[in-house]
Amino acid sequence: MLLALGLVAHYFALLERSRGLHTVPYHDLYGSMSLFGWLLALTYLALEFYHQQRSVGAFAVPFILGFFLIAHLAPADRLSPTVAHGVVFALHVTLSILAYAAFALSFVLSVIYLAEERLLRSRKLSNVVWRLPSLELLERMSRSSVLVGVISIAIGTVLGFIWVDRLTGQYWFYDPKYVITLVVLFLYLLYFQLARSTTWRGARASKLCVFNFIVVVMSFTVVNLYLSHSHRYF
Amino acid sequence: MASLMEIVIVGLNHRTAPVEVRERVSYTAEQASRAASELRSRGILEETLVLSTCNRSEVYGVPPETSHESAAGLSSFLSEFHKVQPDILSVSLYHHYDRQAVRHLFRVSAGLDSMMLGEAEILGQVREAYKFAYEQGATGPVLNRMFQAALEVGKRVRSETELGTRPMSVASAGVKLAERIFGKLAQRTALVLGAGTISEQVMLQLRDRGIGQLLMMNRSMERAKKLATEFHGMVVPWGEWGDALRSPDVIVSSVTAAEPILERAILERAMSARGNRALFIMDLGLPRNIEPAAAEIYNVYLYNLDDLGGIVQQSRAMRENEVPRAESIVDEHVGKFLSWQASVELVGLVDELRARLQHERTAFIRERMETMKHLSAQDRQHMETLMGELLEKLLLEPAERLRGEKELRRKIQNVEALRDLFLSNREKQ
Repeated sequence: MLLALGLVAHYFALLERSRGLHTVPYHDLYGSMSLFGWLLALTYLALEFYHQQRSVGAFAVPFILGFFLIAHLAPADRLSPTVAHGVVFALHVTLSILAYAAFALSFVLSVIYLAEERLLRSRKLSNVVWRLPSLELLERMSRSSVLVGVISIAIGTVLGFIWVDRLTGQYWFYDPKYVITLVVLFLYLLYFQLARSTTWRGARASKLCVFNFIVVVMSFTVVNLYLSHSHRYF
Repeated sequence: MASLMEIVIVGLNHRTAPVEVRERVSYTAEQASRAASELRSRGILEETLVLSTCNRSEVYGVPPETSHESAAGLSSFLSEFHKVQPDILSVSLYHHYDRQAVRHLFRVSAGLDSMMLGEAEILGQVREAYKFAYEQGATGPVLNRMFQAALEVGKRVRSETELGTRPMSVASAGVKLAERIFGKLAQRTALVLGAGTISEQVMLQLRDRGIGQLLMMNRSMERAKKLATEFHGMVVPWGEWGDALRSPDVIVSSVTAAEPILERAILERAMSARGNRALFIMDLGLPRNIEPAAAEIYNVYLYNLDDLGGIVQQSRAMRENEVPRAESIVDEHVGKFLSWQASVELVGLVDELRARLQHERTAFIRERMETMKHLSAQDRQHMETLMGELLEKLLLEPAERLRGEKELRRKIQNVEALRDLFLSNREKQ
């Protein structure tokens, strides 16, 4: 409930910031982290609502708050209008960040899954086990979170191409971000398939999900900062 | 006459009475409703509620008079009603009044008074008893409020402390672990190997937790069939592992056998046939029924008797540690209830006081006006109104403060004393 109120307040802060920019806040780390945190919390609430389960909150919300804190520490640039705006572009940014937020959430859920699975299999039950959500629920929530991520990154990427096409008249110029995004998309589709099918379901799928998110973080950091020119902060 | 609200409870439980006495004083639904209506028709109680479970048999009530003597009348009624000699009954019966009575009920619904500390069943039984009495019209404002509060206490204790969350027996530890893995058990299937008493206990737990399907397997078909009908389960022929191990999510095994009946290789084959769907196995056999190495198979969760026993031990200690927290929730709600009760009584007291003063005023005016013949009818009317206004003015502030100030209500501990001071008719007696 409190989280929902926070979301509304944050929404207005974001709105304010985007008015200043005439576009979605993406061009500085502060803006995109802020948007990221907002979408993360939004995704979580949607999942909680969809699965009618609140027991995950106590474990997931601290992570979300952590992201907000990091966002606050990140330098905020002065607001300056940029070349990139328009509906298509705004959707491209928002959907991509939504995808990253959903992936982050599935990462958190998978980490909890792996920790609980280890405790249960080792038969050394500490007190925390009785407070944790069930493995089945964690797996289900993680899968739906990945589904949200996969769909939105797919649409977001397509919109990105459309926008580039409009801007420059060609929809493909080489950017390492394309490659890594396709890799990420592929990895998550793989996870989605494996988590449902034989041999990999359970802990193995969750490990893959954790690994996938590490790739996403790489895409967020190394590729953005050192390799790509057009994707500095998302 | 508006009464002060005395609350009384008379009863016996597993600590005060042996089972031979408890079973004679227990109530069927029909008896409970008959006892309640007789108690009211004989004027022993105005509000009644009978709480009867296998561990306790209690009558809660609000008597018409505040005398703290209602327990005696209630006790003799009980010995008459159940046809038990008073001297047998009197050693087992306990009674509480007011604050102690409220506290007693709240502790009962919190599971603090149960044989198994923190057991969850009692809360449902309190709810049922309340619902039953309410529908019969046996309860009134005091017991309604008190039992609603008791249900809230029970819920809070179970959600805010670990008192009720921890398993109390090997069987419930196993079933709770299964829920850690599978969540709700409604869509799940359990296979029970062996048809002894331990199997029965586990089946009982599984049924309580809403297991989707129960499969039974036993060397003797007869016993298996008997248990299966009792629990609406299905019997699977003994030893056909290939088929039997495909569907269940939970396997419970308690078979007397010198050698393990399920070896690792069998389970490995079964796991690949079921696409590695998670399998939780409770091995309650001694010697063990499942080869211990099976625990290494991917997505198999194997717990034996010692593992589950360890959990029960751990949670027993944990539950005992939680008692002070549960008691403090109980105390908080006892305080709340008493303050509500005081506020109702105080507001009632002010209303009575007003009525009494209005009455005095009318009598006073009638008496004194006789001597003042020079006043016109209009003047008399006027004086009467003025006096009425004065009374209202004097009563308004205290009445408003009593309604508004919680702290003040708490400070007024003894409403009876106030009533005695302002409302008793000593001079007329």
